[in-house]
Amino acid sequence: MPLFWLFLIVLAIAAVGFVIGRARAMTSAGGDSRDLHSLPSYYGWNVALKAAVPAFVVLVVWLLAQPFYINSTVSKMLPDSAIPESSSRGLVMAEVRRAANGLDNAVAQGVMTEEFARNARADITDVTQRLKDAGQIVTSQITQPVMHAAQRYRVLSQQGTTAMTIAVVAIALIGMFLGFRETTAAFRARNVVEAGIRALLVAAASIAVLTTLGIVLSLVFNTIEFFRLYPAWEFFTVLEWAPSFSGRGGSSELGVLPLLWGTFYISIVALAVAVPIGLFAAIYLSEYASPKVRAIAKPMLEVLAGIPTIVYGLFALLTVGPLLLSVFGDDGLGWMQAGTAVMTAGLVMGIMLIPFVSSLSDDIINSVPQSMRDGSYGLGATKSETIKQVIIPAALPGIVGAILLAASRAIGETMIVVLGAGAAARLSMNPFEAMTTVTAKIVSQLTGDADFASPEALVAFALGMTLFVLTLGLNIFALYIVRKYREQYE
Amino acid sequence: MTDASLNTPGAGPAAKPKSSLAVLDDRTKRRNASEARFKAYGLGAILIGIFFLVVLAVSIIRSGAPAFSRTVLDVEFNLSQEQVDGAEKELFKTKAYEQLFIAKLEEQLQASGMQVAFDAGAIERIVGKTGATIREHYKANPGDIGKPVSFELAASSRVDGYFNGRVTREALQDSRFLQLSDLDLVDALHDAGIIRGSFNWTFITGADSGVDNPGGAGIGASVVGSFFMMLVVLFLSLPIGVAASIYLEEFAKRNRFTDLIEVNISNLAAVPSIVFGILGLAVFIQFMHLPQSAPLVGGLVLTLMTLPTIIISTRASLNAVPPSIRDAALGVGASKMQAVFHHVLPLAMPGILTGTIIGLAQALGETAPLLLIGMVGFVARGYPDGIAAALPNRTRPCLPRSIHGRHAPM
Repeated sequence: MPLFWLFLIVLAIAAVGFVIGRARAMTSAGGDSRDLHSLPSYYGWNVALKAAVPAFVVLVVWLLAQPFYINSTVSKMLPDSAIPESSSRGLVMAEVRRAANGLDNAVAQGVMTEEFARNARADITDVTQRLKDAGQIVTSQITQPVMHAAQRYRVLSQQGTTAMTIAVVAIALIGMFLGFRETTAAFRARNVVEAGIRALLVAAASIAVLTTLGIVLSLVFNTIEFFRLYPAWEFFTVLEWAPSFSGRGGSSELGVLPLLWGTFYISIVALAVAVPIGLFAAIYLSEYASPKVRAIAKPMLEVLAGIPTIVYGLFALLTVGPLLLSVFGDDGLGWMQAGTAVMTAGLVMGIMLIPFVSSLSDDIINSVPQSMRDGSYGLGATKSETIKQVIIPAALPGIVGAILLAASRAIGETMIVVLGAGAAARLSMNPFEAMTTVTAKIVSQLTGDADFASPEALVAFALGMTLFVLTLGLNIFALYIVRKYREQYE
Repeated sequence: MTDASLNTPGAGPAAKPKSSLAVLDDRTKRRNASEARFKAYGLGAILIGIFFLVVLAVSIIRSGAPAFSRTVLDVEFNLSQEQVDGAEKELFKTKAYEQLFIAKLEEQLQASGMQVAFDAGAIERIVGKTGATIREHYKANPGDIGKPVSFELAASSRVDGYFNGRVTREALQDSRFLQLSDLDLVDALHDAGIIRGSFNWTFITGADSGVDNPGGAGIGASVVGSFFMMLVVLFLSLPIGVAASIYLEEFAKRNRFTDLIEVNISNLAAVPSIVFGILGLAVFIQFMHLPQSAPLVGGLVLTLMTLPTIIISTRASLNAVPPSIRDAALGVGASKMQAVFHHVLPLAMPGILTGTIIGLAQALGETAPLLLIGMVGFVARGYPDGIAAALPNRTRPCLPRSIHGRHAPM
């Protein structure tokens, strides 16, 4: 594992830098650390940081940039004639990467010589067969342009890795040397090290911004690509969701409305379960429960929040679905055809959201000032009257915020609907029918083996964009309401 | 509030002269009843929540528990060199081994006084293809030829179901998987002590299996995959999260940049996890060409997802360290950096670790983003092969994804 070794080498250089930097500082002060500007270890850290940080930055940037560069270079090499009618450049490039990987592994296993892997011509020798015999997964038949590109790909990758190793080690050594040279008794090592650490802290904090940027960019670019292939107007207005299987031709109907309807319907069912139960639970916990009951009941409810959603999905599929089917199915009322339905997913999602609503509302109810309660009791109101007419109105903005946050959680929930709600996109009012949601369709459109450039795969990004905008809007609105409320009492 | 005014003297002192606090009037009774009702609603809500929790736990345990046991056939087997040579000469080698196996089984049944007719098909339906297993064993251990070897063969999942009540004689329809007559044989084998239940070690140690053999699936490889992913998440999200929180809590000045970071963090905490999957797919796989299905990519995506959780809880615990600690450190001449790293951070550590563990638990159970970056159990079934693969850079199935693959109605 050359990368791992490279990592260790850089660390080793930094460690050596620490030792010699510290030693040099001590020598320059004549062995008395009181004559140094900073503590001796700061001189060591100065050298170590100068060796390691730039080297790691270069390493990461190089690792990110190299595949990108090699891909575009090799891709340019492929003549247009090498790309079959039904395929695309991206797919052929995937083939090239697979072939190159196969060659690498075959050489590593010793079934092929390096010489052979470098120079074999696919139209003369049976490279495909030999690779298959070596247990490598390759395309059915490697053509000469693909073989040529794969060989070029290997050469470039190997050169790139070698160059990277040399560059990273060189930068680490140069950094260490520079740090070592400036180490004198008067050098303000602590200030330099602290400035460096501060820069690292800022970099860590900026990752949140980069993540958001990454999300927005990846969604926006792919969504624009999608709208180039499929009119945006139809995406938002067509009442049908019927993607054709990719690459087979035929037009797909990709309307988002049935999916949005399914999402909202399931979320409404979920909220209809979670809001009353969660709210009453919160009221009981904060106003009625003795400390003992509270100490047991609150953690038990919060266990519900810690269960992975896939487990809820299984619960919906294996328990709730069949249970509902036995009551509302053909044996009972005859409203339900299969175990997967809006009701199944909605009920289970509601259970998942109970602790979410209850602990947020609990916090908010607890933050209503005690004086308001005392005032109400003093006027002769009972506890429930105080709650209904004083506490709830005072806490209302916060509770609405909590419900909105729960709604955004419900809209973004994936695994419960993938397992519990069915896969058919429908515009129907019957809650016992199978429907599907935006999130479930993102999963199904991106996990097939659809071509990445087809509208059927790209539509997932447009769906993701819709989802992102929806939940972001809800979150911002909810936080705004909560914050506005908090300002009143604190 | 509304009722307080009703008992004032102005509301009609002559109407009820003998009202007393000791005697409840109708109105008070109604109010008390409504109070009791309201309290009961609250208690009911809590009980419903706990009831759901219990039902969930019971149903998961009930449907999951049978996976830990399996039904096995114990067969004493003894092959001579000639028999092996004879079988190896056949055109269908595994078939020959299977016939040897059936002969042996018949012998054992007769030895215990059972007289049941059966054919090769029944055996195949009960234990699957035995020939290949036996042949592989003798190929791998040529020393066992001529010595008695006891095989422990796993029965098919339907036979398994027969023993734990999932499959009943009444409900069984003859199919190519199991026939009614096979159950007679199974009962006979059971009485002879050849079929017995045992703990399913395959489930603990095995790798994922295909749709054809759900009973043979194991979580071993998935657990290893999840473990590698958690290592990546831990080593990335803890340092980055703590560094970001220290900056925001201790050093950041109130300016546009700080506000931007804070808004971003609070929004990222509420972004649906599937959107992080899209990010991973588009950035790490589509743009950077990192390998699909690798714990590295899964770990990176989950790191980005758990960072807000860790940052928020770390900030809360840094905030809870009393300012006097900082003041004292600064007072004896420490720099700001020294005060934070030497005094504030160690005090905040328990809170930071709690937040990190919660974040890791959340990441461990997360499924949706991993679906998109192809952590698919059926693609990558095996264990890591050797020390090189111990570095999270190979294709690994992960646990929630295996659960999904097994039950997805897609």
